Amino acid sequence: MTRAACAALLSHWRRHPGQCLTLILGLALATALWSGVQAINAEARASYDRAAAVLGQDQLARLTRADGLPVPLAEYVALRRAGYLVSPVIEAELAGPGARLRLLGIDPLTTPPEAQAPALVGGEIPFEAFVTAPGRLLVAAETAARPLPADLPPLVITSRLAPGTALTDIATAARLSGRSDPSYLLVAPVQPSGLPPLAEATVLTLSTPQSGTDIGRLTDSFHLNLTAFGLLAFAVGLFIVHAAIGLAFEQRRTSFRTLRALGLPLRRLVTLLAVELTVFALIAGLIGIVLGYIIAAALLPGVAGTLRGLYGAEISGQLAFRPVWAVTGMGIALIGTAAASVQALLRVARLPLLAPAQPRAWAMASGQAMRGQMTIAIGLFAAAFLLGAFGTSLIAGFACLAALLVGAALALPSLLTALLRLATRFATTPFREWLLADTRQQLPGLSMALMALLLALAANIGVSTMVGSFRGTFTGWLDQRLASELYVTARTPSEATAIRATLLPRTDAVLPIVSAPVTLAGQPAELYGIADHATYRDNWPLLSAAPDVWAQVAAGEAALINEQLSRRERLSIGDPVTLQPGWALPIAGVYSDYGNPVGQAIIGLDLFTDRFPDIPQLRMAIRVPADRVPAVADALRAEFDLPTANLIDQEEIKRFSLRIFEQTFLVTGALNILTLGVASLALLTSLLTLAGMRLPQLAPIWALGQTRAALARAELARTTLLAFLTFALAIPVGLALAWVLLAVVNVEAFGWRLPMQIFPVDWLRLGLYALLAALLAAAWPAWRLAHIAPSTLLKVFAHER
Amino acid sequence: MNARLWLPMLVLTAGQALSQGFAGLGTDAEGFAVPAPEPQFAFPADHGPHPAYRIEWWYLTATLTGADGRDYGIQWTLFRSALRPEEAEGWDAAQLWMGHAGLTTEDTHFYAERLGRGGVGQAGVTPEPFEAWIDDWAMISTAPTGADALSALAVTARGPDFSYDLDLRATGPLVFHGDGGYSVKSADGQASYYYSQPFYEVSGRLTLPDGAMEVTGSAWLDREWSSQPLSADQNGWDWFSLQFADGARLMGFGLRSATRPTYTSATWIGPDGTATAYPDGALRLTPLRTENVAGRDVPVEWRVELAARGIDVETIPLNPQSWMGTSFPYWEGPIRFTGSHEGRGYLEMTGYE
Amino acid sequence: MLSVTDIHKSFETEDGPLPVLRGVSLTMAPGDTLALTGESGSGKSTLLHLIGGLDTADKGRIEVDGVDLSALDDAGRARLRRDMVGLIFQQFNLIPSLTVAQNLSFQARLAGRHDAAWVDELAKRLGLSEHLARYPEQLSGGQQQRVAIGRTLATRPRVVLADEPTGNLDETTGDTVLGLLLELAAETGTAILMVTHSTRLAHRLAHQVHLTKGRLGSAGLGRAAE
Repeated sequence: MTRAACAALLSHWRRHPGQCLTLILGLALATALWSGVQAINAEARASYDRAAAVLGQDQLARLTRADGLPVPLAEYVALRRAGYLVSPVIEAELAGPGARLRLLGIDPLTTPPEAQAPALVGGEIPFEAFVTAPGRLLVAAETAARPLPADLPPLVITSRLAPGTALTDIATAARLSGRSDPSYLLVAPVQPSGLPPLAEATVLTLSTPQSGTDIGRLTDSFHLNLTAFGLLAFAVGLFIVHAAIGLAFEQRRTSFRTLRALGLPLRRLVTLLAVELTVFALIAGLIGIVLGYIIAAALLPGVAGTLRGLYGAEISGQLAFRPVWAVTGMGIALIGTAAASVQALLRVARLPLLAPAQPRAWAMASGQAMRGQMTIAIGLFAAAFLLGAFGTSLIAGFACLAALLVGAALALPSLLTALLRLATRFATTPFREWLLADTRQQLPGLSMALMALLLALAANIGVSTMVGSFRGTFTGWLDQRLASELYVTARTPSEATAIRATLLPRTDAVLPIVSAPVTLAGQPAELYGIADHATYRDNWPLLSAAPDVWAQVAAGEAALINEQLSRRERLSIGDPVTLQPGWALPIAGVYSDYGNPVGQAIIGLDLFTDRFPDIPQLRMAIRVPADRVPAVADALRAEFDLPTANLIDQEEIKRFSLRIFEQTFLVTGALNILTLGVASLALLTSLLTLAGMRLPQLAPIWALGQTRAALARAELARTTLLAFLTFALAIPVGLALAWVLLAVVNVEAFGWRLPMQIFPVDWLRLGLYALLAALLAAAWPAWRLAHIAPSTLLKVFAHER
Repeated sequence: MNARLWLPMLVLTAGQALSQGFAGLGTDAEGFAVPAPEPQFAFPADHGPHPAYRIEWWYLTATLTGADGRDYGIQWTLFRSALRPEEAEGWDAAQLWMGHAGLTTEDTHFYAERLGRGGVGQAGVTPEPFEAWIDDWAMISTAPTGADALSALAVTARGPDFSYDLDLRATGPLVFHGDGGYSVKSADGQASYYYSQPFYEVSGRLTLPDGAMEVTGSAWLDREWSSQPLSADQNGWDWFSLQFADGARLMGFGLRSATRPTYTSATWIGPDGTATAYPDGALRLTPLRTENVAGRDVPVEWRVELAARGIDVETIPLNPQSWMGTSFPYWEGPIRFTGSHEGRGYLEMTGYE
Repeated sequence: MLSVTDIHKSFETEDGPLPVLRGVSLTMAPGDTLALTGESGSGKSTLLHLIGGLDTADKGRIEVDGVDLSALDDAGRARLRRDMVGLIFQQFNLIPSLTVAQNLSFQARLAGRHDAAWVDELAKRLGLSEHLARYPEQLSGGQQQRVAIGRTLATRPRVVLADEPTGNLDETTGDTVLGLLLELAAETGTAILMVTHSTRLAHRLAHQVHLTKGRLGSAGLGRAAE
């Protein structure tokens, strides 16, 4: 019985291969976009973890010098001889012409097991070769393929390192970098018994291991962005699947009833259908994962570039197949299918055995349903408003987004109906009147696809508004923040003094930049000291300030804090901020500090030097007329043989930052287009589905004296109109989305708020895309209608129907 | 390059992995000095390191009795392994050092391991004043001027859950094994320089998780260096030190071979320090009972026979699980023996896979 | 007014062409009413579709009010359906998205000859005045077919082609609806060609022809072209 029933059920797909294709394609595309994004995220995260896990930075505490200088070798030996299990690491940057390599020199004899040094080094290198000159450099394959500094020891390829980093023996690192003092010491988590606590035994600063990597936190915003897109694309894909499944079930109602009348138990029928859908999901999921891999592989180099530029995060530009995202991709395909089919399966389960077998147009939801949707939508809008206005967590921000988007999608049919009704008043010919009326009636059938389009368009507008606002604000902010023309970092205090002496007569001002790691409000933060100078007074991007802010700061009577700290700790002008135990200053100003994940405070330079006399003034900002920048830079380079990274001009930083944003745009743009593509596919499948069902409505119009070509043109016009109206409605939704992203999600996630800017030209372009997508989606059904055989239309009138 | 694989080399070989077993010791001694018969030792210099030889150790074991009347044993060892026959400055690792510390009670065997490179000062040995150290583990001479540097020592070591701090005072002279300190290790003639100070009286304190324990007892220090002490087919050894009631001592070892009979060697040490060396075959070592230790079968009870001295004893360990689970694992712990004679001693067994 | 001469029409099937009409000829004068009867599959509806310009004949000539249909293209045939011919189907085939009033005036407005007074009159005569704001699905079958009749007559067509117009209605309702159609046609001088399988209904029209296997039988009923 089961086999016969199977054959009967499956014969449907043989007769409707298009439907089968639609179902698979929709599910595959949804899975592809989702798993593609997941693949990128997984690859990036793996890279971060790799970077973080190198030497167990995620588990091991470290000892460093408070001033950031290397730990004297004698201090290391003294600690060892006192019994403490600490292990030296020399970290150095090797630079050559156009090449750069981060060198990590370890002492494999003392690295704590948690540092995983043996696993990192792997089994390939004999120990003797590793620790004996010339030694070996372990690098990722990608690193080996890049231009590298000259005269390196033999390279050994490993998959365990992030690109850009070379792991080697400490002796090799010392030889290559010309330094013998460790950059820092790793601290074994279990120290021998009977010793006083390490913190009492040394003047070095003990920093506890970071849970969650710095770079991971920094790049969260970026990945959040990607994930949101993946989810959205998946949701859009589900609309297609829902439509295809709904149609297939509707068309098989007669079969279902017949099968049941012939004695197939309901439970068996539902099980068979569920199995059928699971098989579809598995096939589509597989295709989707392959497509996702392709998408991810195509996008990854761009993403890698963005992350490298934006956050200095090294991620591999090459995609590794990771079972994690493949499995989640498959899982999401199954879950998606289940979500999209539960309604259809329930309907089968409730199908009355003896009800008339007349095919009910599945799409023709009643006006009552639409009103119900509208009610829910209004509720969701209210919830979104409350969450946006009063929510104080990231979860609330996302809930607000979800409520907004779902509400907008649900409200769409009602709003479109209202707009069409309005348009009918201005219809001049009966044909247009009919077209509008018919469009209105067709809405329920198209609403799923149109909702998908709305979501895609709104997301586009929302995200590009956010990115655009970010870009606009950021460039403006850069101008303020990077007011000085040149930034120099000396290698030693004496070099700093020499540079200052050289620069003073040739420039307008040399402003020292000093900073110390501090703990503000219980979290690691930075404290800066700045000179009293017009550069700051005129340019520093203050969001709010006391009247005589700069005088107070210069006098050491007040501090400035960044927006992040202000928002996180709810600090405002006049509140005291504790900079060190027992030392607090009132806040005189709050400044914007985009892109910085940690809290920051600024005090006057004199006060800073009093408090931190040991911190050398190595960095300085230089004011010099723009036309003399190259000359000064050349002179400095020549005189002090400064490495490239130690002398940066303002233009270079800005150019660099902007290039990063363009790259970010590239990826976002690609995803935008893909999402829009999926939405238009949803539209296409819905139109194709409807095309078959709508003949009874079109045939009379044709019989009453319209050509098929006119009907086809009408179909095109109808779809375009719907797309346009949807687009028009997507604009406010997209702007609301952008507002939530900027004013709620961003603030909760990263601690800063960006002013929103709008970009109507982008909308215009997007609107054109939307119309184009709609036209493309409608083109085929319209062409088919224009060339339909009259006999097909005549069948509508046949008595036997 | 798992650290676990690096270390055999540190212990006794020059760069060859444990997979070659202790046979790794049979490699060519190119560039390294080779022990020669009829050595002329010069002290205190020879108490210090010999970087021209591949391997060397300062190996102390002590059988102790606690204030609670129970038996205890400790081990303190510093191994030197040379990558090149030279001293080097800074991070350049020409000489690598490994410390092993063990503390055995009836029911627990504590151990710890330290590694380091010479050149930066983390580990090393200086002959005058004598000090052998790695991290805070140290063996420091407390001998008065003019006396042999090893005649009095302060020894400390510390693990995650134990530490000890002992004072040693020798009651007899240094003892030279084999032919005046030239100890042959196989029928092929591989050899090492080998002398001991077997006459220490010990007092000190152990710190255990349960608290401190005052102890007294006796200790034995081995000094040995070479560049190729084992033959290619030899895969491990069993080493005994026994203390007899009259103050005499016995050192005996058997080097097990895959293809040949075990190569044995023994030194009988009279109460006055007079040493008598016995050639291959004089000493008979017979395993009596094996026990599963760290996943392998290890003979924990032995019959030790030296017919020439009328010795026929059976040894039982204080703790059969005296396993040094270090990078290069082996069994090392205190024993008692009964039979023709009774007393305490130490047993070391290596090469049990 | 209507002249059909030697019409042939076959449909392609898997077993080769299936001839449905094999040389049918007939004529009708203005105001004529003619019932076309025949078995299922005898080609009645096909003949009606050909005359209505919904399909094209393989051979033969159809003239409506002097216009040769074979000379018309798709757009021309659409104009013919709009301007000169009225179609009434068994399934009513109203436009579900439009109200009764909109359905009534739809074709006339398409044809550009909307006469509000005439549509009002029709609505009144057809008993639809109460239902003008309703949608087709809210009406009974008889009411829906009345709307279809009104929609057709609103354009004042030269000929009404009715395909089993009462086939979906019960006998009483069918009789009433057909009576209204004949009455209004007579008043406006519209010719009616009605396909039916009911001899009883056929006899309510002035003439009858019978179609058998694609040919008009003599039957003595009507005016098969001599």
